[in-house]
Amino acid sequence: MKMDLLTSLYVFMLAGFIGFEVIRSITPLLHTPLMSLTNALDAIAVVGAIILAGEHRSTLSTVLGTIAIVAATSNVVGGFLITDRMLKMFKVSGPKK
Amino acid sequence: MTNWPGTDTFIEITYLIATALFILSLVWMRTPVTARRGVRAGEIGMALAIGGTLLNRGIVDYKWILIALVLGTIIGVPLGRVHMTAVPQRTALSHAFGALCVTLVGTAEFYLRAPNVPRFMMAVLSMEVILGGLTFTGSLMAAGKLQEYLPQRPITYKGQNFVNLAFLAVAIGVAAYLVHDPSHVHLFPLMLAIPLVFGVLMIIPIGGADMPTVISLLNSYAGLSAAAMGFVLDSKLLIIAGALDGASGFILSVNMSKAMNRSFTNVLFGAFGQEQVAGAAAVEAPPVRSATAEEAAAILGAANKVIVVPGYGMAVAQAQHKVRELYDALNKRGVDVKFAIHPVAGRMPGHMNVLLAEADIPYDKLLDMDEVNGDFPQADVALVIGANDVTNPAARSDASSPIYGMPILDVDKARTVMVIKRGMSPGFAGIDNPLYYLPKTLMLFGDAKSFVGSIVRELTGGGGHG
Repeated sequence: MKMDLLTSLYVFMLAGFIGFEVIRSITPLLHTPLMSLTNALDAIAVVGAIILAGEHRSTLSTVLGTIAIVAATSNVVGGFLITDRMLKMFKVSGPKK
Repeated sequence: MTNWPGTDTFIEITYLIATALFILSLVWMRTPVTARRGVRAGEIGMALAIGGTLLNRGIVDYKWILIALVLGTIIGVPLGRVHMTAVPQRTALSHAFGALCVTLVGTAEFYLRAPNVPRFMMAVLSMEVILGGLTFTGSLMAAGKLQEYLPQRPITYKGQNFVNLAFLAVAIGVAAYLVHDPSHVHLFPLMLAIPLVFGVLMIIPIGGADMPTVISLLNSYAGLSAAAMGFVLDSKLLIIAGALDGASGFILSVNMSKAMNRSFTNVLFGAFGQEQVAGAAAVEAPPVRSATAEEAAAILGAANKVIVVPGYGMAVAQAQHKVRELYDALNKRGVDVKFAIHPVAGRMPGHMNVLLAEADIPYDKLLDMDEVNGDFPQADVALVIGANDVTNPAARSDASSPIYGMPILDVDKARTVMVIKRGMSPGFAGIDNPLYYLPKTLMLFGDAKSFVGSIVRELTGGGGHG
């Protein structure tokens, strides 16, 4: 347990560093789609909700888990959809009009 | 359900691949050229991770999972298809959904484990529920303000910060007590309720112009609460996704606060919108020069280099498509047109870029503040459409101005400045803009959309092709 916790903290710290480095290099041009993308990725929390709802350990956990899946799934679907829609619109000026 | 040996390893491997794809997804977001590949990577990672999870042996009943997945998709699709002007409120709403998921799972996990919750577990659970709760209601409030269901005007009262911080302190106090002795199960609802109230109180004093910072901050909280959930469930994938999201929101909030010259503590404690300066004393306003669409068109048509400065007012007036027509008309005459984007223009980071890209303006013409500021002295015309405080030269020169020190677009260095504005009312910060009284400034009074439309008509209809 203690070891697991420590490993998790290491993972969190390293991911934080990667996040800082990667995000910092992203052009401000794309900050809106970036936010909707990270939002969709963050909805990976759905994985925890699925197990919670599926294990059926108590009525409360199943109900809360089910609502949680709905909330997270809407973020997954909506987030990826709108990010792609936005990115599709970004075009370079074509061969001189 | 599945019982072949190796399932657990298989699931772990799907998570591992998903993690790699998530990181790549962000790496590819660096430039518009590779960004869509980034979305694909994220989607594949997500599909893998969800698919892997469904194989989990602990799952005994798929009925509710499937119903919830379908229902979530039904809600998600329209949220992915909202109009581009509605993107800020959609984003706030999705932060609320993400936080709701995290808070509900945290609550369920607590009651499954209580009263024997190990201390560390209780600590991360508290963090998950507190951050999740305040992000949930805070984001709903933000979305409500952006959608204008709620007044955009900041609502402040005496001692507001004290009340807010007191709420937060009580929540943390309860959490600390629960960590000390998790058997007080009855305290958990209290720890859940206080952040929910705090989230509402936190957003009440926020005005429209502060939204970019607030949305970024809520983004960061949503990520951190998800990371906390990762600790509770011992899921590395979730810890990493949450950390990435948290880092992203954090960097954006720092960017936004820098662009408004607010200190970071100011941002952290949600003290935005506090600088309500006593309304610019009733000094009698100096005269301004105004011009008609015809005159504006003549000057623009004769220019070599025009820099357009869009702001939230352009979004409100839905003028971006007319702006695009203006861009085309000027381009046809050989005028070099660029767009200068201030980091806090609009209601969320990057908001203006998305609106202009939607109107088919090529992104290589959209320049960030640092890239474009050196260009103003060479510009014949700076055309300000619906932007105000971000062009206010007082931020550079007047130490008594509340926005003194805020980085601005140097529009006043252009040869001629044109400002499309409904009237002489001050901007959101309630500060008068000396830019409007400069001899080189022409005020174009009217609705942004129709005024730009008339300029375009003058440029295309009225003979004299270059």
